[in-house]
Amino acid sequence: MEPKLFKYVWRYSKKEQLNILLIVLLSFPFYYMSLELPKKIVNQGIQGEGFSGEGSTSPFLQLDAPFSDPPATWFGGFEMEQASLLIALSLAFLGLVFVNGGFKFWINTSKGRLGERMLRRLRYELTDRVLRFPLPQLRRMKQAEVATMIKDEVEPLGGFIGDAFVTPVFLGGQALTAMAFIMVQSFWLGLVAATIVLVQAFLIPRLRRRILILGKERQLTARQLAGRIAELIDGAVEVHAHDTSNYERADITGRLGRIFKIRYEIFQRKFFVKFLNNFLAQLTPFLFYAVGGLLAIRGNLDIGALVAVIAAYKDLPGPIKELIDWDQQRADVQIKYDQVIEQFQPAEILPAAVQDVENDAGAPFEGEVTVSGVSLVDDADTRVVDNVTFSAAVTDHVAIVGDSASGKEHMGQLIAGLARPTSGDIAIGGRGMESLPQAVTGRRLSYVGPDAYFFPQSVRANLLYGLKHRPNAADGQPDTQRAADVAEARRAGNPTFDIDADWIDYAAAGVERPEDINRRLIEVLRLVEMEERVYRFGLTGTIDPDQHPDVAEGVLKARAALAERLAAADASDLVLRFDPEAYNPNATLAENVLFGTPTKDAYAAAALANNPLLLKVLAETGLTDAVLEMGVSIAKTMVEIFADLPPGHPFFEQFSFIEADDLPDFRMLVSRVEKSGTKDLAPEDRERLMALPFDYSEARHRLSLIDDEAAEKVVEARKRFAARMAEDDPGAVEAYRPEAYNAAASLQDNVLFGRLAYGRAQAEETVGAAVTAVLDELGLRDKVVDVGLGYNVGIGGKRLSATQRQKLAIARALLKQPDILILNEAAAVMDNATQERLMKAVLEARQGKGLIWTLPRATAAERFDRIVVMSAGRIVEQGSYKELNQPQTAFSELVAAG
Amino acid sequence: MSLDQEVDILRKIPLFADVDPPKLKLMAFASERLTFKPGEAVVRQGDPGDAAYVIIAGTADVVVQTPSGPLTVASMQCNDIVGDIAILIDVPRTATVMATSELVTLKLTKELFFQLVTDFPEIAVQIMRVLATRLENTTAQLREALASRPN
Repeated sequence: MEPKLFKYVWRYSKKEQLNILLIVLLSFPFYYMSLELPKKIVNQGIQGEGFSGEGSTSPFLQLDAPFSDPPATWFGGFEMEQASLLIALSLAFLGLVFVNGGFKFWINTSKGRLGERMLRRLRYELTDRVLRFPLPQLRRMKQAEVATMIKDEVEPLGGFIGDAFVTPVFLGGQALTAMAFIMVQSFWLGLVAATIVLVQAFLIPRLRRRILILGKERQLTARQLAGRIAELIDGAVEVHAHDTSNYERADITGRLGRIFKIRYEIFQRKFFVKFLNNFLAQLTPFLFYAVGGLLAIRGNLDIGALVAVIAAYKDLPGPIKELIDWDQQRADVQIKYDQVIEQFQPAEILPAAVQDVENDAGAPFEGEVTVSGVSLVDDADTRVVDNVTFSAAVTDHVAIVGDSASGKEHMGQLIAGLARPTSGDIAIGGRGMESLPQAVTGRRLSYVGPDAYFFPQSVRANLLYGLKHRPNAADGQPDTQRAADVAEARRAGNPTFDIDADWIDYAAAGVERPEDINRRLIEVLRLVEMEERVYRFGLTGTIDPDQHPDVAEGVLKARAALAERLAAADASDLVLRFDPEAYNPNATLAENVLFGTPTKDAYAAAALANNPLLLKVLAETGLTDAVLEMGVSIAKTMVEIFADLPPGHPFFEQFSFIEADDLPDFRMLVSRVEKSGTKDLAPEDRERLMALPFDYSEARHRLSLIDDEAAEKVVEARKRFAARMAEDDPGAVEAYRPEAYNAAASLQDNVLFGRLAYGRAQAEETVGAAVTAVLDELGLRDKVVDVGLGYNVGIGGKRLSATQRQKLAIARALLKQPDILILNEAAAVMDNATQERLMKAVLEARQGKGLIWTLPRATAAERFDRIVVMSAGRIVEQGSYKELNQPQTAFSELVAAG
Repeated sequence: MSLDQEVDILRKIPLFADVDPPKLKLMAFASERLTFKPGEAVVRQGDPGDAAYVIIAGTADVVVQTPSGPLTVASMQCNDIVGDIAILIDVPRTATVMATSELVTLKLTKELFFQLVTDFPEIAVQIMRVLATRLENTTAQLREALASRPN
């Protein structure tokens, strides 16, 4: 990248900078006029200079030809009387205010746009470089620091870039204009002003040098702080597990202390410079008043000129100060730029052509994979792969085995083109790996490592990720907005691909039409035994019935079919269905009153005790006291049975309605109620007690709080609540309606439409099997899987287990049907039986296509065409299983070791 | 049937007879109530034992698999406890218990039981007493059986 910020800015924004400069120059005459005019207003308009008496006139808008001898006049102007002239001059002044304001507005927005464009270009270029860093380089970088650099550290550059050329010209011009004006009025006063400006220009930058150095330190320490904070989060498990949180606190506090010191020193110096600057600027008016005043008294200077000089001088310190600031900023951003750029200049970077979007995958690989004399030296100067030579047909199934120090995992990366050999060559079908663009290596090959990454998106998006190489050509013309976006992207040197386009390479996945992709996804999920899991995700997922009317309709059918099926199996009592007319003892009190799924937090069970709408309904149905009494009963029982348990006991978490910390409060509340009833309770105590019963389920907790009468009242309250909610807060709770799909509830809950009977042996298994059977019969399984594909896998796939992640990573690699699939210990965390089944399925799916698998255990190599045995970075044996599975071979030793 | 009734039933079981009522209430509250239909197995012979079941209502048969087929050796009813040994030591179920009518039980899991014993050692003392009495009885029976055996 360009090392000098100014050159970089000039190269990419020459035209725009010049445009703005031109306008700036154009604005100067108007600025000068606005300085000149006040003098005329005072001298001619007010004091009547040039008017000989009543009725005489003076010209307005007279234009004299400059530098002509003898004096000539271009335009004689309009002859006017004094009062009219005053008004005309004042109006001209007002007009100039508009014109100058207009110039300023245009210049500032143009500068802003220019700066933002350059910032966009710079950020893009930095990110583009990150994408082209070789993998070993990336492993040495701290993500948070890189993110801080691209996001925060270049930000001030954007603000400055717009000012890089314009400001010195604009402010310099302004200062010079003001200076020239002062000079014209009075040479000596001008000289005084000029001297002081020169002193400022000399002194201030020298005082600021130390501030710049401090600024550099500030940037580095802040960047490191960002890196450390990211580490605290990444290493949270170790911090907790080793009780090192206080060590980390000490580290952070030490860093914050250093940052404080640096910043404080910057402030001290900055404000001292400011003080000095202001002092020097105010010294000039002092001289003007004293010296200028004396000159005026003696008659060497007319008062109008002195007023104009002072008015003009008002405009001088501003530009000068800003110029000095600009110079400071220039030095500052150059340092920032240097510091950022330095991090983005690794010794080696992939050429842009390797990732060019126009590259295509080329013809399928044929022939042989040949590895000749390949060595790899790692960061620690260890020769992890040492002079390896072997070849295999592209379509062979090759197992690479060896112990953990054998270098087999590096072989996997080398063949996938993810690591570059230090010496030697790898070629596939006669084409050298070195020369292949990623369009070939990333599509014809497919690599899965031991810890594949997942983006925090849906299962579907993660599976399809491997197919998103370039946007498919869109039908029709892009709309005007898109066209404008493309044009703007071009101006900032950004690529013009559309993130909203369809990026999926359907042909690579083996489907013709986009509609068929789901079928393929389900196929690969079945292959890696993830389909059942994704189906489960689907059951607990929700859908928008307006977008998937077919699914909603099917689920409603399943709801009816499930009821029939359970009835036929004499198992109807395993599910207590929601009946608008009946209290459901298997559901909580909250569920019974709301009779639906809350969509707003204010209607969650925990918040109901201070939900005004609900409280009103309870009062209307005469349930307020009943709920309070239930709360008192629950509190009594909890206080009684949890009394002797130490705080923090697992039972509190598992069973109690009251947290351990709150138990003493409730004990006091209970004894107060026992003494003097509930009448005198403070409102907040009533609320605490009333909050307890909403999670209470009669069938589960068995405290006999809901008798028939209470149940009847709750059903009544339920109806009132529905009516009130429809009026006051529609949509806050999505109601259970036997004939309607509930968009806020999961698919499973929609099919069940009720609660599992509490405490029925085998209820969950029986009902679960029945739900699955019903959905299968109605042909809804794939639809449920489709919903499950929308399950968000979380940051880095944390919402999946390690085994599920590996399965999904293999599914992602299989989906694009590569010529050679490279699995680098990609199933290592799975248990043996699972691994065995998966291997069988993958080998079968890869019939006639290449597969290179580095195996954690040699025993698994039996099914492969060819086995490569590595030890200490070298190949010690290779051949078929039959050839190698002999006594005294290294292979048989590995097998014996397990 | 409420929590208080369950506590009453627990108190009738010798193993828990002398445990403080609040502790029994906690035990009942923390336990799941499980209902079995006639013909459903509560426990199966040979399965690992992880819980005891206190019968609250209904009846059940204790069936042992013998070489000559299943043999009903006893029947159980309200206030009886199924598999109380299983919550003390790891042994497979020695018999199958089959509900013969709608059977309501309170399922006391091993984890819950041990948690309670850890928290309230006085329960352990109670249980030792009951077990010692049982052992004494068994020993007496053995002595009698030995005495009556012909030399």
